[in-house]
Amino acid sequence: MSPAAARHAMPMSRPNLPETEAQPAARQKVLIRNVDFYYGGFKALKTITLPLHDKRVTAFIGPSGCGKSTLLRVLNRIYELYPGQRATGEVLVDGENILSPGLDLNLLRARIGMVFQKPTPFPMSIYDNIAFGIRLYEKLPHHELDDRVESALRRAALWDEVRDKLRQSGLGLSGGQQQRLCIARAIAVQPEILLLDEPASALDPISTQRIEELIAELKADYCIAIVTHNMQQAARSSDYTAFMYLGELIEFDETERIFTHPKQKHTEDYITGRFG
Amino acid sequence: MDTYARRRIVNGLVMTLCVAATGFGLLWLVLVLWTLLWNGVAAVTPALFAQMTPPPGSAGGLLNAIFGSVVMTLIGTVIGTPTGILAGTFLAEYSRGSKFGEVVRFINDILLSAPSIIVGLFVYELMVVRMGHFSAWAGAVALAIIVIPVVVRTTEDMLNLVPNTLREAAAALGSPKWKVIVMVSYRAAIQGMVTGVMLAVARIAGETAPLLFTALNNQFWSTNLNAPMANLPVVIFQFAMSPYADWQVLAWGGALLITITVLFLNIGARALASWSTFKQ
Repeated sequence: MSPAAARHAMPMSRPNLPETEAQPAARQKVLIRNVDFYYGGFKALKTITLPLHDKRVTAFIGPSGCGKSTLLRVLNRIYELYPGQRATGEVLVDGENILSPGLDLNLLRARIGMVFQKPTPFPMSIYDNIAFGIRLYEKLPHHELDDRVESALRRAALWDEVRDKLRQSGLGLSGGQQQRLCIARAIAVQPEILLLDEPASALDPISTQRIEELIAELKADYCIAIVTHNMQQAARSSDYTAFMYLGELIEFDETERIFTHPKQKHTEDYITGRFG
Repeated sequence: MDTYARRRIVNGLVMTLCVAATGFGLLWLVLVLWTLLWNGVAAVTPALFAQMTPPPGSAGGLLNAIFGSVVMTLIGTVIGTPTGILAGTFLAEYSRGSKFGEVVRFINDILLSAPSIIVGLFVYELMVVRMGHFSAWAGAVALAIIVIPVVVRTTEDMLNLVPNTLREAAAALGSPKWKVIVMVSYRAAIQGMVTGVMLAVARIAGETAPLLFTALNNQFWSTNLNAPMANLPVVIFQFAMSPYADWQVLAWGGALLITITVLFLNIGARALASWSTFKQ
């Protein structure tokens, strides 16, 4: 069946998706509703509405400048570090609008972890890199802190490589290790949501594969949103995919459906490499 | 003549000019150092570090001047460094893109290039005239005013080199802004900031004009910060201009001391800077 034919065969819109046998029911964790975003006078996001599900991976794809990173940066309001950037609309996390003005941004960000495109280890020891975030909100006795650091590093599949050099600088690790360190740091504070902004685009194929395996494992516990340029990566590691173009959400659906039977011609053109 | 041959000739010519210009510049530096060593080494005796500045015709050293220079440089640095670091932090971390920040930066740049004699006159008017006498405090304040813009500038520059992604990463963990600055930005920039402070110390170690109007000089040993205090630059100035041969020798010795101190501060700053780039 051609994609065009498939478009007619499929039901038009299915926001809350049916479950496959392999996975238990997906609970909607986040609802992005009518979100607009402005860089000064430039409107970068146009009325985006999109759900994110708990214990699922949602990929944002689209050509450069389409607003996928911007959308991710709305979710923990990190854009507010820069004057002139603002978002309107609603982002409901478990029903609570996190865009409301009175919200404590630091507490919000402690609930929503983020990993960036370039690895960003802090200029401190591997141990302190992980402990930094934990110490912000918890006063733990030494041995408990040690346990938390170890379990975060284990979950990020980095423990075996760094167990003997926890006191060495995080800057001495390889790029792939640094990125796993950053993932460990993000999950060490036990967030509810994990935002990954092209986490593997600066890494070699083997490191990329490790990150993808890691995402697959972390999915069991977190609601994950990942921005990626890499179509195969989106297809491999996500459950849902949102295709964006010029600040608009063109199509959102189960990943399998987006990649086999996209409803929009635009989506099909992009994923088949006809533009982008 | 083909293009290639012409390019080679032009290249050779420009290269020769560059080497000659470098040599010309270095020549004077070497001459200064050589003259200082030639004339100064004779003055570097144990007495130089053990005795006070003498009256003409008798033996003596520079102990009171060395002490005064160290004390005033130290106090100037202690006042100027925190002020400079906080102001630099404000410019780099809190006032990005704001008009007020622009104005502060501009004024700081003016202060950075202000002639040091103006700073001396300013403190003379501000402190010496009001207190009714010259004092080491006034000297230290004048030096602090010279330290501040240097430290502001280097602190801001070094903090600006810290990638924003690092700040974002810390903020994304839920870190309040002051903690991002203290735990992440400062840590990333610390070597450069220390280098800046060392360069500022090197700068004030040899300043004469601001001390001439403030600390003046003192023939005797004095630890009273409320009284005039001896210091190397002013002693050098006074002794070198004098007709007495023994004073002139001491002036050479003092000049050598300052030069070596500044040289080592600069080498230290360099080493620190290159060590930090190596580490990253």
